[in-house]
Amino acid sequence: MLEMILITAVKVFMVLSAVLTACAYSTYLERKVVAHMQHRVGPLYAGPYGLLQPLADAVKLAFKEDLVPDNVERVTYALAPVASFVPAILIFAVVPFSNGFTWFGYDIPGVISDLNIGVLYIFAMTSLGVYGIVLAGWSSPSKYSMMGAIRSSAQMISYEISYGLSIIGILIIGNTLSLTEIVAQQAAESWVFFGNWYIVKQPLGFLLYITCAIAETNRAPFDLPEAESELVGGYHTEYSSMRFSMFFIAEYAYMLGVAAVGATLFLGGWNGPFLPPVIWFLIKVFLFMFLYIWLRATFPRFRYDQLMQFGWKVLFPLAIANTMGTAVWVVLSGQ
Amino acid sequence: MAIEEKDLHINMGPQHPSTHGVLRVELNVDGETVVRAKPVIGYLHTGIEKTMESKLYYKAIPCTDRMDYLAPMSNNLGYCLAVEKLMDIEVPDKVKWARVCLAELTRLNSHLVWLGTHALDLGAMSMLLYAFREREMILDIYEACAGQRMMSTYIRIGGLAKELPSDFDKRVRQIIKEIPDRIDDYETLLTNNQIFINRTKNVAVISAEDAINWSLSGPMLRGSGIKHDLRKDNPYSGYENFDFEVPIGRNGDAYDRYLIRLEEMRQSLRIIEQCLDGMPEGPFRAHVPGVVLPPKEDVLHKMESMIFHFKIITEGFPAPKGAVYAGIESPKGELGFYIQGDGSNKPARVRVRPPSFINLAALPALTEGHLFSDVVCAIGSIDIVLGEVDR
Repeated sequence: MLEMILITAVKVFMVLSAVLTACAYSTYLERKVVAHMQHRVGPLYAGPYGLLQPLADAVKLAFKEDLVPDNVERVTYALAPVASFVPAILIFAVVPFSNGFTWFGYDIPGVISDLNIGVLYIFAMTSLGVYGIVLAGWSSPSKYSMMGAIRSSAQMISYEISYGLSIIGILIIGNTLSLTEIVAQQAAESWVFFGNWYIVKQPLGFLLYITCAIAETNRAPFDLPEAESELVGGYHTEYSSMRFSMFFIAEYAYMLGVAAVGATLFLGGWNGPFLPPVIWFLIKVFLFMFLYIWLRATFPRFRYDQLMQFGWKVLFPLAIANTMGTAVWVVLSGQ
Repeated sequence: MAIEEKDLHINMGPQHPSTHGVLRVELNVDGETVVRAKPVIGYLHTGIEKTMESKLYYKAIPCTDRMDYLAPMSNNLGYCLAVEKLMDIEVPDKVKWARVCLAELTRLNSHLVWLGTHALDLGAMSMLLYAFREREMILDIYEACAGQRMMSTYIRIGGLAKELPSDFDKRVRQIIKEIPDRIDDYETLLTNNQIFINRTKNVAVISAEDAINWSLSGPMLRGSGIKHDLRKDNPYSGYENFDFEVPIGRNGDAYDRYLIRLEEMRQSLRIIEQCLDGMPEGPFRAHVPGVVLPPKEDVLHKMESMIFHFKIITEGFPAPKGAVYAGIESPKGELGFYIQGDGSNKPARVRVRPPSFINLAALPALTEGHLFSDVVCAIGSIDIVLGEVDR
């Protein structure tokens, strides 16, 4: 028993540090990739190739003065960054990152907790993220923050539904809510190593998932809550120092979380030939992150009403159709 | 208990990422819908018109650079044309050609900045960097001509400040070669991008009638379908010798204005090419003793020239009594200079008709009843420079 607790504690520590490091280096990745897409060079001076830039940023933010404007609701104001940050990190508790390994004679599964309702858990955590944003907008005495929060809650609630529906197809086919089992179902059966990945069986579901995931994480072109050209900073306009950086890390943690879940559900998780499972998993997550950044460098931003229309009139019916189609197909093919 | 409903009052600016400077817009919004929009200006007021009245005629030229700092050469040209009209100076053909060439480069410069910032306002951040990369080539030419990249003061009364640089032709031809491809690239990023179309089509619409009533000019007017371009309708500086089209829009929305400005960039390149091909030989300054500086060679060797040079530099030249108005088609619209001479060596009154200021006045008409996000799009598509709005 004690060993189990110890093993889990070690794993939690490792995953947590990996995720936080990944968050920090996602900012580096984003700055570098966007810079090269825009004929710039990006961070260059902090360390070789600017590799220490995330560290420098973190130190700078930590040493900034923590400005709290007058008239804030102090409790919610202090709570909001935490409420945004914690659920984002919690997503990684159920994401299988490897097929497991043996250390000191113990068989250790490659996931912190193989929850049998893992998918539901993930969606619960992703939805919680909106609270941080709403609370931040609500407690800041700023109109821009409030508008950002209102936009964000409307947007996240609208896209939540399509987001959930986009993966129902997988649940119907796979008949499970456990992420570990979903990954196991996508294992290679022949030399076509991606033949069993759910992206092959659920291409529409995959596209819907990507689109909704970007909207869900408030990233370009759906980054209305923090549309800097309109709302200055959106919900985090009034935040500074570590509180701001918590929002910042939370945003990247959500991106990574959504990317990890997408890689698990649609791209076969850690499955892949030749390379170690962890590497395959990281490659797939990286591809998702790259897509995020690529879109940000390319597209203009949606307008609020168009975003809602797109969510309810395009994505929602498509998601319903995908679900229905999958259900009919499963019944007819007798699986 | 009755809940009181009232509109949310937002001060957009004077420090805001997308008001293009220190414009402040007082907005009353109901949810996301703008009920009332009121542009408040004056945060960049520097008293340029008044300053010009206290300066010798030729010393007022640097003031014009600082109005529309994205199109310095156009401002120089407008002012110099007005003074030349007052003084009745006819400039050599070479000067005319060079001025047209520089004015069109300035149009490219201004439109590139507009394109980058407008796209950035709508969230397409890469466009800004691409546009500024191209603008760099034009600024390099400014630097080669005048030694300054932005405040060029290159066009002077009766001619140019100095001879065009020897590699002018080569540098400009490089631009003619490269920029069309780049404009095509922009089009692939924006013109057929559904999000961009959604954001700009039927947004910030102004009808032809309203556009005239608001006294709009430039792409704002042509976007509504009115073919009015001073380069065609009231040619100055030899524009009648050049072959180019004036693009007009149909709907008067932000998308049409976007297309017009892109097409104007292409037409500018056409004009520039014709300029280079037909650039006449000759002096770069008119020969008007006592008003326009004599050639440097003469100043060093001829007594009269040296005296003229000294007199012009120290006490300027007296202009006749009377008032003139000269308008040019600046990148942003009709830029006019009204100058009143009272017989002394300083203008009695200088009044500028700034296109940005007059176009900006239509902002409430463009945005009221529309969405908050459209305000940003409208400000961007008007293409204002606050230096020119406030003067």
